Amino acid sequence: MSTNPMHAPPPARDGDALRPPMNFQSKRMRLNSARRYVVNHVVTGLAVLSTVLVIVPLVAILIYLLYMGASSLNLAFFTHIPAPVGEPGGGMANAIVGSGVVLALASSMGIPVGIAAGVYLAEFGRGRLLASAVRFTADVLNGVPSIVMGISIYSLIVIRQRHFSAFSGGVALAVMMVPTVTRTTEEMLATVPHSIREAALGLGVPKWRTVLSVSLKTASPGIITGCMLAFARVAGETAPLLFTAFGNQFWSLKLNEPIAALPLQIYVYAISPYDEWHRLAWAGSLVLIVMIMVAVTLVRIYASRGVLKGAS
Amino acid sequence: MASWSLQSGARPGFVTGDENEEESVALPPMTTDRGPNPPPPAISVTAPAVREFVAAAETPQADAGPSRIREFLQSRGSGGIADRIFIGLMLLCALSIFAIVIFILMILILQSKLSLAQFGFGFFVHSAWDPVNGDFGALPFIFGTLATSLLALAMAVPLAMGVAVFLTELCPKRLRSPISFLTELLAAIPSVVYGLWAVFVLVPMMRDSLGPFLSKYLGWTGLFGGYNFGVGLLTASIILAIMILPIISSITRDIMLAVPTSQREAVLALGATRWEMIRTGVLRNARIGIVGAIILGLGRALGETMAVTMVIGNHPDIAKSLFAPANTLASVIANEFSEATGDMYLSALIEIGLALFLVTIVVNAIARALVWAVTRGTPSRVH
Repeated sequence: MSTNPMHAPPPARDGDALRPPMNFQSKRMRLNSARRYVVNHVVTGLAVLSTVLVIVPLVAILIYLLYMGASSLNLAFFTHIPAPVGEPGGGMANAIVGSGVVLALASSMGIPVGIAAGVYLAEFGRGRLLASAVRFTADVLNGVPSIVMGISIYSLIVIRQRHFSAFSGGVALAVMMVPTVTRTTEEMLATVPHSIREAALGLGVPKWRTVLSVSLKTASPGIITGCMLAFARVAGETAPLLFTAFGNQFWSLKLNEPIAALPLQIYVYAISPYDEWHRLAWAGSLVLIVMIMVAVTLVRIYASRGVLKGAS
Repeated sequence: MASWSLQSGARPGFVTGDENEEESVALPPMTTDRGPNPPPPAISVTAPAVREFVAAAETPQADAGPSRIREFLQSRGSGGIADRIFIGLMLLCALSIFAIVIFILMILILQSKLSLAQFGFGFFVHSAWDPVNGDFGALPFIFGTLATSLLALAMAVPLAMGVAVFLTELCPKRLRSPISFLTELLAAIPSVVYGLWAVFVLVPMMRDSLGPFLSKYLGWTGLFGGYNFGVGLLTASIILAIMILPIISSITRDIMLAVPTSQREAVLALGATRWEMIRTGVLRNARIGIVGAIILGLGRALGETMAVTMVIGNHPDIAKSLFAPANTLASVIANEFSEATGDMYLSALIEIGLALFLVTIVVNAIARALVWAVTRGTPSRVH
């Protein structure tokens, strides 16, 4: 680890070294004890107040979303395709299935690459400069706006093919999944004790076999939930799909054609002027929120057993 | 999997049950407590392959050929080539992360060549956005992005600091877990859902109650003039603040948890009050990481697309009033990309995407470097 510049201790700051330690027992401090007492309590109060100010509205938003979603959800939402404007009823069956298709495509591309990259970082790259650089790039890539991914994949695939397609949407989401999956896999593999690996290697098991059936298998609950989190995150992504999957009002399962997706449909319906469509948008967002909630809860359960930094 | 147990000192290097899960190397334990005659190796294993291996080891062969052990090992393959292929494959996948970044950069530069050549650097300081006449400048969007992001930071950072201080230093243990769970959950809610909420709750609120209130009491600042549509810079900033708050507070919390407890104890032992302890023992030690967390939040705010697009009003104008509809780099792409007619229009939009990409890369790189400088090595356990 010492060769790793990213993990080297920060250089000593001159200011800290030169400043004498604060003396809380000095005469000045003793005379000010009443003021210090008040300041202490004021600041404590401010911290509590800001927490209340944050938590209460956020919980209110969450409850409002759940309430609006639950009150507009019905069976038709899952079984019907969108009704024409002005017609009551209708659902988002095609969008749910479309989201499933795009996400399955994205997972089948993004998750294996992400896990493999995580395996490299955790098992073979310890302390190497290259691994640190990859880790850093993955973190940075995590912060790249999803709309940029959207227009890159548009330029790469859609312009070449000359039409929008489910496939291009899948690629865009896959690219977004890779960094998250990589970091979670790495963090989870780091929690596997070295002694287990050494036991396998000592028995003459080749390295690749050790990684596959010892390291990965031990860490698999955590890795699976990490993948679920990445899945749930991209499931709600709208921006990368705007110019790739594009959306579709009808049934379509072809990978080569525009396909409906739940977040896209929510976006279109939210900015539409029709009440019936607004209702569907609320119901759709409830479906997304429930999915996210399940993923986050599961990740939390496994994270309490190990470290899960990359997901944040 | 972890139930392989090799008992006794048959292989003194591999004693499982080492509780040390840290990354530190587990040294082979000393075996001094053993008597002069070590007991025969009693190996209890479960995997069939291992049982086979042990059976092979226990029946030595007299002939001069390769022993059964060697035969067994050879039948498993040396693993050298397979290992190298495997490592190569993993390395390839790891390198694909670099490839993605370079690929995006190249594609964006290639596709925006037209506009890069036409406008050059002036693109970013030119304030006209006139698709009809083919005159493009990104200044209104840069203004919109900076204004909304900085406003959002101004609203979110003090609150996030308060939450982080509360969670790490003041909060009863029982409350800590549910609150941090809630912040994680809220950080994961999709942007489009926040946008939906903003369109139906925040926009009417801004139009009917908050907006008039602000222009009545703070109208003298000149920031709240003009007609209040409900959508605009301020609404977008508020929804951005709501979205980045959980992110900033949870990273700040991680960083403050990384400050060793001994620092706090030392300052308290010197007679400091709790706030003085937090200020001198925790915040000063964690300041670099906290700056990193804030910049990370800034990066998120700069690139946030859907929620902002839904409430900002989408008007390419630089207005003085916070009520005025505006446009950000991300929202102009989301809005106009699919209806861009003509190569120059498309190219200009992609150049905006390129600018957004480069800015967020730089901002995130700085932020990560700062956060890493503080949390280096220390596992941030999620409580």
